[in-house]
Amino acid sequence: MIRLLRLWTVDARLVGAIAGLTLFGIAMIYSAGEVHIPNPVTDEAWLRQLLWFAIALVAFTALARVPPRWIEWVAVPAYVVSIVLLAITLVIGTGSGTAAGVRSWIAVGGLSFQPAEVAKLATVLVVARLLSQRGTKLNTLRDLMAPAALVGLPLGLVVLQPDIGTAMAFVGILFAMLFWAGTPVALLVLVASPVVSLFISYDTRLWSWYILAVIGFLYFYRYRLFLFESVTVVLANFAAATISRPLWNSLATYQQNRILVYLDPEVDPRGAGYQVIQSKVSVGSGGLLGQGFTLGPQKRYDFLPAQHTDFIFSVVGEELGFVGTVFAIAAFTYVLMRLVQLAERSPDPFAGLVLLGIFGAWLVHIFVNIGMTVGLVPITGIPLPFVSYGGTFVLMSWVATAIAVRVAHER
Amino acid sequence: MSLYLPHERQRRALGVYLVLAVFMVTLAIAFFRIQVLRSSTWELRAESNRIRQLPVPTPRGIIYDREGRILADNVPGYAITVLPGPIDSVRATLNRMSEYVQLPASEVDRVLSTMQRFGREVVVDADADFAVVSAIQERRAEFPGVYVEMRPRRRYALGGAAAHVLGYVGEVTAEELESEEFLGERYTRGMIVGKTGIEKQYESMLQGRQGLKYVEFDARGRIVGDFTGVSTDEGEAGSELHLNIDLELQQWIDHIFPDTMAGAVVALDPADGGVLALYSAPTFDPNAFVGGIDPTLWAGLATDERKPLFDRSVLGLYPPASTWKLAAAGIALDLGVVVPDEHMQVPCTGGWYWGNRYWRCWDAGGHGYQTLAEAIGNSCDVYFYQLGLRVGLDQMLRRATDIGFSRRCGVDLPQESQGIFPEDRTWWERNFGYRATEGEVLNLAIGQGPNSQTPLKIAQFYLALARDNVSAPAPMVVRGEPIAEGWGLNLAPEHIEAMREGLRMVTAPGGTAHFGTALEHWEVIGKTGTGQNAQSAQDHAWFAGMAGPPGAPPEIVVAVIVEFGDAGSTVASPIASKTADYYLRRKHGIPVDTIQTYGEHLRVGRPAPWYRRRFPPRGEGT
Repeated sequence: MIRLLRLWTVDARLVGAIAGLTLFGIAMIYSAGEVHIPNPVTDEAWLRQLLWFAIALVAFTALARVPPRWIEWVAVPAYVVSIVLLAITLVIGTGSGTAAGVRSWIAVGGLSFQPAEVAKLATVLVVARLLSQRGTKLNTLRDLMAPAALVGLPLGLVVLQPDIGTAMAFVGILFAMLFWAGTPVALLVLVASPVVSLFISYDTRLWSWYILAVIGFLYFYRYRLFLFESVTVVLANFAAATISRPLWNSLATYQQNRILVYLDPEVDPRGAGYQVIQSKVSVGSGGLLGQGFTLGPQKRYDFLPAQHTDFIFSVVGEELGFVGTVFAIAAFTYVLMRLVQLAERSPDPFAGLVLLGIFGAWLVHIFVNIGMTVGLVPITGIPLPFVSYGGTFVLMSWVATAIAVRVAHER
Repeated sequence: MSLYLPHERQRRALGVYLVLAVFMVTLAIAFFRIQVLRSSTWELRAESNRIRQLPVPTPRGIIYDREGRILADNVPGYAITVLPGPIDSVRATLNRMSEYVQLPASEVDRVLSTMQRFGREVVVDADADFAVVSAIQERRAEFPGVYVEMRPRRRYALGGAAAHVLGYVGEVTAEELESEEFLGERYTRGMIVGKTGIEKQYESMLQGRQGLKYVEFDARGRIVGDFTGVSTDEGEAGSELHLNIDLELQQWIDHIFPDTMAGAVVALDPADGGVLALYSAPTFDPNAFVGGIDPTLWAGLATDERKPLFDRSVLGLYPPASTWKLAAAGIALDLGVVVPDEHMQVPCTGGWYWGNRYWRCWDAGGHGYQTLAEAIGNSCDVYFYQLGLRVGLDQMLRRATDIGFSRRCGVDLPQESQGIFPEDRTWWERNFGYRATEGEVLNLAIGQGPNSQTPLKIAQFYLALARDNVSAPAPMVVRGEPIAEGWGLNLAPEHIEAMREGLRMVTAPGGTAHFGTALEHWEVIGKTGTGQNAQSAQDHAWFAGMAGPPGAPPEIVVAVIVEFGDAGSTVASPIASKTADYYLRRKHGIPVDTIQTYGEHLRVGRPAPWYRRRFPPRGEGT
C-alpha cells in the first residue's frame, strides 16, 4: 500500500511536502472563512479549494506519467499559445476579487483563469529547451539575448496587465535558469545593475558612487566581456537612471502609493498603507504561539484584507504564531531545496533547467508573498503557492509539480 | 557536456542553496522580529484596532418631593450612536438610517461636522423608539459604526405642572462643554445634562459619574460584543435630591389655575422658607425635551406669544402695586415714624392735594380717618401718601434696598430676575434723566413708580410677615439648612400684629377679598393688588398673603399673580386661598374638597353651614 503510494507520488518527499502544504492551505482557507459575520465568498472557499485539489491530483497523476519527450515537445506550442492568450488577456481580460482593476483573467464559461500561470510554465519549458541544447557557458551578454527575449516577451505582456508580482516571477525564472545554465554570477549581477540604478537614482550622489562601482567592476571583469558589452551595461545604467523619474511619474497613483507605503506604511494608514499595517498587526499580535486556529481577531473582524488569497500567510502568522510561520517557511524551504536536489542529481540538462525554472518562479512567489505580509517587500498581488485560495493556481502549481517530478525521475 | 557534469551541478546547487538560505533566513528573521521581539506592540495595536471605549450612561439622580414622592425619575430608553469613520461611509450609513429615524439633511450635516471636529462618536438619536432600535439591530450588517445602547431616559411625573421649577434635560452642547461648569473629565460629548430649573442648578449632584466599557468592533465598525478582557466601569448613578416642593400641591395649583390665563403662584413654608410650590402658567411638557425636542414643537414653544417657557414665578417682573404697601408700612414702623393706632393728619376724602397736584385714592369715595390696619384693609392711598412723606424718599430707598427689593432672593434656581427698585436718588437721573423730587416717595409708598418685583420676591416679603422673627431666609427649593437670613425689619411684635390686622381686614367680612378667600377651616389673611401695566387696559391681579388655623401662626405663605387678571380680589385671591386650603387640609388630615371658598359655595349654590360659625354676624358672636 505504502509502496503503491510512493510509486504514485513518483517523488514521495517533494510531492508529500507539497500535498501537506496544500492541505495546510485548505485548513487556513477554512480558517479565513471563519469570520464573525459570514461572507459568502470566503465562507465555503475551502470546499472549492478542496475540489480543485482533487482535480489537481488527477492532473498530477496523469502528467507525472507522460513520456518526457512529450513535455519537451509541448514546450514550443505551449509557449506560443500562452503568448497569444496573454495578448488576448490584455484586450478581453478582467479583474478578479481583490484585484478588480487589472486585466489578468480570462473567463471561459463559468470559469476564469490566469493565462500568466500557464505562461510561466511554458516559458520555463521553452527556455529549458533552448538552453539545454547549448553546450557552452553563457559568458557574454549576447549569449543571454535569446533566453532573455523568451522570458521578456511574456514578462512585458504581464507588466502591461499590470501584474508586477507575476512579472517578478518571470525574472526569478530567468535568473535561476541562466545560473543553472552556467552563466557567471558576475554577469548576472551586471545584468541586474540597471535595476538598482532605477531605484537609487533619486539620490544623485549615491547613484554616482554606484555607477563608479559598476565601472570599476567592469574594469576588473574586462577580459571576460567585449568592450561593447561593458559599454552597454554602463549605458543601461545611465538609461535606467534617466528614465527613473519619468517612469515614476507614469505610474498610476495606486502604484506609487504602494511603493511609498512600502517605505513607510504610516504615511497613509487608512489608504494604501492599510493592508500592510493590518497584516503586520495580525502577524505581530500572533506572537510566539498564535491566537489559535480560526480564532484570530484581526481576521475574524475583517481587518485583514484578502485574507484567503494574497494575505493568507497573515492568518497563519496571527493564528499559529511564530512557531507556525517558521514551520511553514521551513516546509517551503524543504520543497525548494528538494527541487534543487533533484536538479543536482539529474544528469539531463533539460530536467535540471526545468526544475530550476520552477524553483525560480516559486521562490519569488513565496518570498514576495510571505515578505509582503510583514512589509519586507512591497505589496504586489501575488499568491502563495499551494496555500492561497485560487482554483487554477492550485491546478497549475500541481501541474508544475507533476512536470518537475516527471523530468527529474527520467533516467 | 561538461556544463552538466556532476561536480558542476553540485557546485551550482550549492550556490542556489546559498541564495535560498539568504531569502528564507531573511523571512524568518523578519517574522522573529515582528512576532517575538515586537509582539506586545502589535498586540496592543490589534486591541486598539478593534476595542473602543464607550461611555456607559448612568441614571440621573431621582428627584423627590417633600413627602418622598417621585417628581423625576428614569425609565429605560435607547440611544443610537454613530462611531467615527470615513466621512463618506458615515454619510451613507446615516442616509440609510433616515429610512427608520427622522433624520433631516441638516441633522446629517450636524452629525458629520461634529464627528470631524471632535473625532469621536456622535449621538444621532438620544431617545429612539423601540421599533426603530429593533429595525436597526436586525439590519446590523447594513449599519456599520452604528451603536445602540440602553440609556436611562428622564421622566417627569408631573409633566407641565412642575416644568419650570424642575426644568428639563438635554444633550450637552459644544458651547456648554467649553463653559466652566462642564469643564473636566466628567463631561463629554453626548451626555445628558440639566438645562433649566433644578436639573441645571443641581446638575453636578444629579449627574453622577459616567462609566466606561470596552466594546469590540470589526473593521467596518460593526459591533462584535463587549470586550471581556477589561472589566466594565459601571459608573455611579447620580445622587437623589429631596425638594421642599409638595407634589400634590403643585399639581393642584396646575389644576386650579385658569387655563386661559398667564401668571404665577408661589407657596412658601413659613417655618423655614422652603418652597412648597412654584408654578408658572402657561406651562409646557418637559418630557418633550428629553432626548431632543422635536424642532416644530420647539419652534411652537419659542414663538408662542404667551411664552410658556418663561418662568414667571422667578423671572417675571411686575409692579407690586398695593401688595407693596405692607413694605412701606413695615419701613415706617421700623423707623418709628408711624404708630399703628394713630391717624394720619389728613383723612382720606378720595384724594389729596400735595405739591401742586391732586393725588387720587383708588376709592374716590374716600376712607376718612384710619389706623394703620384700617388703611391696609382699605388699601387707602391717601394714608400711604402721608406715610411715605413721613419716611422720606431717601429713607424709603435705603430701607427698601436693605430688604432686597433691588436684589435677587437667592432661591436655588439657575435664573432669577433681580427686582427693580431705585437704590438712591441717582437712579432717576441714570434711568429717566431727571432729578428725583421728594414727591417720588408718594408713588413708591403705594407700590407704584419704578418698582417691579418677581412673585417670589413678594412672597418672600410676606414670608417675613408670617414669621415671628420677622426675617426672611432665601426660599429654598431643595430641602436642607435654610440659608442665612439676609435682612430683617426689626419690628416689635405689636407692629407685626398691626400689619397682620390690616391683612385680616382685607379678607374679613366687608373686606375686598372676603368672598374669594373665606375658608371653613383656615384663616386667610393677605393683600390684593392691582398692577397697572403698559401693555393692556387690564391690570395684573395680585394676591399675597398667608394662612393657617384660626388664631394660630400662619403655616403657608402664598403669592399669586394673574396677568391681565384685573382686580386681585376676583381672580388672584381665590387661587391663593384654594392653594392654602388644599395644603392645610392635607397637612391637618382634613379631606380635600374642590368647593373651597365661600365665594365658590355661593356660586355653585352649595350651603356653607360653617360660614356663620367662622364669621359670626356682628352682634351675634360673643
